[in-house]
Amino acid sequence: MTIQELESIRKAKSDLIKVRRIVREEGEKLAKKTGYRKQVLVCGGTGCTSSHSMKVIEQLEKSLKELKLDDVLVVKTGCFGLCSLGPIMIVYPEGAFYSQMTPEHVNTVAEKHLVKGGEIVKELLYQGTVMKDGSVIPFAETPFYKKQLRIALRNCGVIAPEDIEEAIAAGDYEALEKVLTSMTPDDVINEMLASGLRGRGGAGFPTGRKWAFAKASEGEVKYVCCNADEGDPGAFMDRSVLEGDPHCVIEAMTIAGYAIGAHQGYVYVRAEYPIAVQRLKIAIDQAHERGLLGENILGLGFDFDIEVRLGAGAFVCGEETALMTSIEGHRGEPRPRPPFPAVKGLFGKPTILNNVETWANVNPIITKGAKWFSEIGTETSKGTKVFALGGNITNVGLVEVPMGTTLREIVEEIGGGIPNGRKFKAAQTGGPSGGCIPAQCIDTPIDYDNLLAIGSMMGSGGMIILDDSNCMVDISKFYLEFTADESCGKCTPCRIGTKRLLQLLTKITEGKGEPDDIQKIEELASHMKSSSLCALGQSAPNPVLSTMRYFRNEYEEHINEKKCEAGVCKAMLNFTIDKDKCIGCGLCAKNCPVNAISKTDYVAAGHKLPSMAIDGTKCIKCGACLANCKFKAIERK
Amino acid sequence: MEQCTPCGTPEQLKKLKAVINESRSTPGCLMHILQEAQGIYGYLPMEVQKTIAEGLGISLSEVYGVATFYSQFSLKPKGKHRISVCLGTACYVKGSDKILEEVEKQLGIKCGECTEDGLFSIDSCRCVGACGLAPVMMIGEEVYGKLTPDMVKGILDSYREETK
Repeated sequence: MTIQELESIRKAKSDLIKVRRIVREEGEKLAKKTGYRKQVLVCGGTGCTSSHSMKVIEQLEKSLKELKLDDVLVVKTGCFGLCSLGPIMIVYPEGAFYSQMTPEHVNTVAEKHLVKGGEIVKELLYQGTVMKDGSVIPFAETPFYKKQLRIALRNCGVIAPEDIEEAIAAGDYEALEKVLTSMTPDDVINEMLASGLRGRGGAGFPTGRKWAFAKASEGEVKYVCCNADEGDPGAFMDRSVLEGDPHCVIEAMTIAGYAIGAHQGYVYVRAEYPIAVQRLKIAIDQAHERGLLGENILGLGFDFDIEVRLGAGAFVCGEETALMTSIEGHRGEPRPRPPFPAVKGLFGKPTILNNVETWANVNPIITKGAKWFSEIGTETSKGTKVFALGGNITNVGLVEVPMGTTLREIVEEIGGGIPNGRKFKAAQTGGPSGGCIPAQCIDTPIDYDNLLAIGSMMGSGGMIILDDSNCMVDISKFYLEFTADESCGKCTPCRIGTKRLLQLLTKITEGKGEPDDIQKIEELASHMKSSSLCALGQSAPNPVLSTMRYFRNEYEEHINEKKCEAGVCKAMLNFTIDKDKCIGCGLCAKNCPVNAISKTDYVAAGHKLPSMAIDGTKCIKCGACLANCKFKAIERK
Repeated sequence: MEQCTPCGTPEQLKKLKAVINESRSTPGCLMHILQEAQGIYGYLPMEVQKTIAEGLGISLSEVYGVATFYSQFSLKPKGKHRISVCLGTACYVKGSDKILEEVEKQLGIKCGECTEDGLFSIDSCRCVGACGLAPVMMIGEEVYGKLTPDMVKGILDSYREETK
């Protein structure tokens, strides 16, 4: 493909994409020009696919055929962000946001809305878009979306990721064209340096500096790697980028190859992400076919190729040296640094490794300029950050906000608050390597340095919201179980340290904690931090240390009073029957799996049957009695 | 995924050898071959690891070392329906441990084991990325979301019915 051909695709299809970015009158005018009266976007990301969005597309195509609506375009996109409402379907030019679609719903929408002169089916819309006066607002104007600024996710949920022409029309490969026609490798690196972009994988190392080191390294052969081994359980930003806009990663890696003098790239992606892997492979094949990857890219004399390597479920492979060892086909164990990968990395050659979200920021920096990018965000953290919002929050999903946005804005406005009338307790960021942001820090502007200062870390972007039904000691134990399980075993402080730390935490949650356990934990944690080989071990104590900093009272209660306020730690729970409320129906005894409940001699005033009682020595604290009692006579303390 | 006997069929061996020949010249191909081999056999019996070691001219201990390092590889056969309960953070805070308990109770086996009739095996996994539907479990490729313990029996029964 030549630059002219690239231009002509852009021209031919850019209006079609634009309709999906602007709405209301302007969008309607533009839609007329495109030849498609309506465009229906259906999410084909993992979240919506899991809630059967493929059946939605099938039915949609069938209904359109039956109604002979050939001026309606169906587009299978990546993630829109609001995964808990899937399957999601958006109709443009109105921007009407239909949620939790079923094949029957789709048929109704086709018959009532998509036909000529049809009207939006309000009952099937996401109710957050229906105003009190009955008017409908587009998805882009909802509280969930309005506060967001989408740079890395700019094309996710907008284009069909399996169609390279849509990607090109949406702006992909524009940066590559600019780089190859008008920039030297040094220009590219200087632009990256000036932008202030920092690695989005967690540590926040300046991307431009990484590239500059690799460029300065001597050697004919160098490599560019993409870390798509998104290991933090509860984080799915990288997956969504790969599913929604895989071409942006291919393009950015090619640009980096040009900047540092590399001709081969590797994407190391989790095998647990089948849709992302498949879309990435399709994108690579299409880029090859069009001459945007491979030899003599765009006829401009630069060669670059990309290979996909699948991970096999090892968290430690998210660490850069371990990832490279794994690509080399070995056990994914980390190695000591220095030498840093920029000097001696994959197959012993100078290598740069960035994660998917970092790559997704490169192209806009090139096309719009470092100045534009560096004006977004805070003093030390530029641009935006994508968070995978999960846990006990109303709007579970993917959000991208400017650095410096407060946790309160994310939780209360974008996230829609805590469901079931519960109280916000803390947000966990950085996964098993991170810590928590407690309620008293909810107004802290989120950036790399502020999070470190309050004892958490940015991490890759998992943000799990905890409410008062979550026990912080239990959450720490959960993370330690994870790191103890995932420790590769190469270095002693991590291999044994995680096990011992987990033992201490288990002891505390089982009600066997002793007063000096807190001190033991602190001591062990400090040794692990200072002497582990890689970031996994160095940061494994973080979840414990950070919860102990803000929720020390919970640890003390568990140890001294043998009490778990949230009612999570089973060993400390006690089920009792209020003998005056119990009518003696015996339903609890019937449901008790261990026959721990029996009749007493006591008959309460006004009741005919004697009340029941639980034998604490037999009780396994399963809660079956509580769930079945219709008279609220059973108490859990 | 095909079911297999410990020694495998000649067709399986043929497929495996083809994969080895195809990839042996690619640097770092061992993981790819193990992944393909697990796709062919359903798991990685010792005989298969030996074939791979011989085919690549490396020691069996190296193959075994890699096969046992990554949680995706299994040295034991799995059930016809592979159940994988997500214990990622988003699912955990929404009570996926109770889902796992219920699956274990219903099938009478523990996580990591296979039922005697070979119909089900249970594993836990770390995030399938469907956090919006938490808590989730996968059976084969199918994802079941927004689960409660009382839904488990019905789901398992539907697979039992299917096999009858």
